[in-house]
Amino acid sequence: MIAGNRNKASSRYGPVTRLLYKVHLDAPLLAGICAVLTLSLMVLYSASGSDIDTVYRQCARIGVAMLVLAFTAQLNISWIRRAAPWIYSIGIITLALVDIAGEVGGGAQRWLDIGVRFQPSEIMKLAVPAMLAWVLHDRPLPTSAGINALLLAMILVPVAMIAIQPDLGTAIMITLTGLIVIFLAGIDLRYVLSAIPLSMGAAFVLWQFYMLPYQKQRVMTLLDPETDPLGSGYHIIQSKIAIGSGGLFGKGLLNGSQGKLEFLPEQTTDFIFAVIGEELGFIGVTALIIIYLLIVARGFFIAVAAQDTFSRLLAGSISLTFFFYVFVNTAMVTGLLPVVGVPLPLVSAGGTSMVTLSAGFGILMSIHTHRKLLPR
Amino acid sequence: MAQNQIKEHWREQQIFLTRIVICSVVVAILTAVVLTRLSILQLVKADYYAAQSQGNRIRVQPLPPNRGLIYDRNGKILAENIPSYQLELTPEQVPDLDDTLARLATEHLLDAETPALAAEQIRSKRRFDSIPVLQRMTDDEVARFAVMRPFFPGVEIRARLTRRYPYGTFGSHALGYVGGISAADLKAVDPAAYAGSTHIGKASIERSYEPELHGIVGHQNVQVNVHGRMMQVLDSELSTPGKDLFLSIDIDAQIVAETALEGKRGAVVAIDPASGEILVFASVPGFDPNRFITGLSNKEYQELQNDPDQPLFNRALQGKYPPGSTIKPIVALAGLEKNVISPTDRRYCRGFYTLPGQSHRYRDWKKEGHGSINMHDAISQSCDTYFYDLASKIGIDALSETLKSFGLGIETGVDIRPESPGLVPSRDWKRKAFSSRANQVWFPGETVITGIGQGYLLVTPLQLASAAATIASRGIRYKPSLVHGVRDPATGITELRNPEQLAPVVASSDDNWNSIIDGMRGVISDPRGTARALNVNAPYPMAGKSGTAQVFTVAQNAKYNEAEISERMRDHALFIAFAPLDKPGIAVAVLVENGKSGSGVAGPIARKVIDAYLGSAPQQ
Repeated sequence: MIAGNRNKASSRYGPVTRLLYKVHLDAPLLAGICAVLTLSLMVLYSASGSDIDTVYRQCARIGVAMLVLAFTAQLNISWIRRAAPWIYSIGIITLALVDIAGEVGGGAQRWLDIGVRFQPSEIMKLAVPAMLAWVLHDRPLPTSAGINALLLAMILVPVAMIAIQPDLGTAIMITLTGLIVIFLAGIDLRYVLSAIPLSMGAAFVLWQFYMLPYQKQRVMTLLDPETDPLGSGYHIIQSKIAIGSGGLFGKGLLNGSQGKLEFLPEQTTDFIFAVIGEELGFIGVTALIIIYLLIVARGFFIAVAAQDTFSRLLAGSISLTFFFYVFVNTAMVTGLLPVVGVPLPLVSAGGTSMVTLSAGFGILMSIHTHRKLLPR
Repeated sequence: MAQNQIKEHWREQQIFLTRIVICSVVVAILTAVVLTRLSILQLVKADYYAAQSQGNRIRVQPLPPNRGLIYDRNGKILAENIPSYQLELTPEQVPDLDDTLARLATEHLLDAETPALAAEQIRSKRRFDSIPVLQRMTDDEVARFAVMRPFFPGVEIRARLTRRYPYGTFGSHALGYVGGISAADLKAVDPAAYAGSTHIGKASIERSYEPELHGIVGHQNVQVNVHGRMMQVLDSELSTPGKDLFLSIDIDAQIVAETALEGKRGAVVAIDPASGEILVFASVPGFDPNRFITGLSNKEYQELQNDPDQPLFNRALQGKYPPGSTIKPIVALAGLEKNVISPTDRRYCRGFYTLPGQSHRYRDWKKEGHGSINMHDAISQSCDTYFYDLASKIGIDALSETLKSFGLGIETGVDIRPESPGLVPSRDWKRKAFSSRANQVWFPGETVITGIGQGYLLVTPLQLASAAATIASRGIRYKPSLVHGVRDPATGITELRNPEQLAPVVASSDDNWNSIIDGMRGVISDPRGTARALNVNAPYPMAGKSGTAQVFTVAQNAKYNEAEISERMRDHALFIAFAPLDKPGIAVAVLVENGKSGSGVAGPIARKVIDAYLGSAPQQ
């Protein structure tokens, strides 16, 4: 039945779609990604103060990311599944190395220098859900309490190592990724509901005993940015001014004053959404959000259409995590969430997160294009 | 494993599908939250944030007006504005003011003596104004700072117009100077009008004509970035430059006067009797007004303040001196008007005068006396005895009334301030001035010495020049003035100031004027005139009167011994003159402190000034 649909679908789509499918690329997903990337380059040109070099550098990063995407998409998903525990282990080891180096070097440490600098925490963004999905792959679902405890531990070990770097934003996002896998695996909803008071308790403990002053400050600032307009509240106030002053239609590309005059902090990275809001207005940001939603929807479709537990869980987790990145960044820039340093996926300038995202999309495409289709 | 999978496959898929639906609902809710937030920011409160964004990037900057220029009567420039580089600091952009100033000081890029002084000065200004810390930078200083600029955020090199006085010391007491605006200055003016201005007139013309010279401040709206750096000018309302002043001063004659006084202390004031315009206004020693623009160090200022020659003291305007014999023509006129004497009446001078019934001898400068002498000779030879007698006959009330009618004892109302009124004594004055009853009585002897310009009588050189001009014009009086034209540079129209006439000195007969002017002519032209030396090669007929005023009273029967008294105790030398006799174009008063001889020291200076002025001025 599934095979029959697939064949009908293949014949319904045009030659380009079918060609892409043959090289393991998914046309709808690729179209969504390209739409966002195109918009991102235009906005980046404006946000960087018409600095074409910044745009060229971003183009280069996009090129690398697309290669990673295409490469990952070629890997058969069953290979990826078998590699998952190894990648997870390498991730844990390198995280430990970074933490030790950080202890020695002092200060925040996220990079590991092995010829090229790379952040082990980025690997973990994909390794954690892959590891969880691997564990769940050949187990009966819904899961037992014991397995859930094991999964929670598999999340918390790398998260704790990232949190002490300290990189609270990534730690939270990876926790979320892992929890999504557990949720999608069919954990009893009573657990989910009981997790709410539990997490509030955890937040209290975190606040009291763990969080550093600057992290507390970020949360406090969120609650009332006006109290410290030139200090921590500055980012949020300026970002709100940028977005609000954009109005319905925006000031037009290259016409935003907030970003151009450097009132906006990090206007090419974490706060680039504010530049879009200022220059393209409500219409522009709504259009961007719709494209993001289409990408997420395609991800969900791939997850539902997947043929095994591992693929299903991993695809669902990657898609939903992608959405959470969008949500956390936009909520942060509009002052709904604290400034946690989460980039706007595919738009913020910077290479590392782009590569990780592309690898994720590559996995989605691999899942979708490596299905075993029954011959007619 | 395989067993499980086969058993659970369909159910697992159903669970997963349910979970994806739940996720989709969560996605929808969170998206709705963000979109709601965006619509509040961008649709509901868009106007509010648009205004915020404007305020963020628009800043109002003052455009200081160009200060008006000052010219002399022949169009020679006395005060101009020249472009120069200066280092300016904007406090709100400087992260650590004390540290920045300390580092500037170590680089010798600070006008103030110590960083602490500069900091104090800067903290009294507004945080967003640009404040000069080093003015008139040399090329070397500009180059050195340019290299270090990244290390000094908030400090910038700006090209500005600064005041320059091309004649330096010459005319300094007429022009005054501009200096940095102090907190006290700001209290006297509207601070908004001085936004962006760095200097303000501190003395004489620069101070008294500050409202005209300063101009009207303009504003521009500029777009700034987060660092406050100007990105572009959006719109501007230009400043209105200050008005140019044309002084009645003849700078060439002024230079002659000040050069003649060089090494001495004194004053020369010359007035056009036909208008009251001041042609020369010299007070020596003067100062270089250019030094005040960059600001004097405390030490330099103390040096000027404590200089025994008092270079900052405006002798012409504020110096009070006994006029000595220079007022004898006025005393003579008082006698004629009060009918106590006629020009032909003769008095016998035996070298001293005594009041009836008293033994005190009021000595004549000529020990052996002038013998029998009429008014003409009494003036030309400056016979003291004649005027002792005449003054006591006129009486102090009538005498002080006449002196006051010539403008002595009251402020002339000249267009610079602050002016000293001098002092013309009277019975009334003495009653008020002294507290002890014994001192409040006016003694006849005090009238006697007032007749030769001694005693309580004090005049300023400006008053004396004005009085000389009054004699020259036979009683017509004008308020002395330094500015005779004000030009609006915007329109190019020069508004000439009309001479302001004062209550004239009315004589009952023109002969009375003839008598005293004749006597003053004799001072120079008579073979026995006290200033006969001035007549040599004079290309025009002039009249004058010398005066030698005692600073120090010689005891009765004691000999005046120059060598024994210190230089500061020597007599002041004075001279008044006017020329040409028939149609006077200039009246001069010269004062040389401790100059000993009015005719020998002050007279030649008067002649030089008159020569310089009449020689250069086109004869009308």
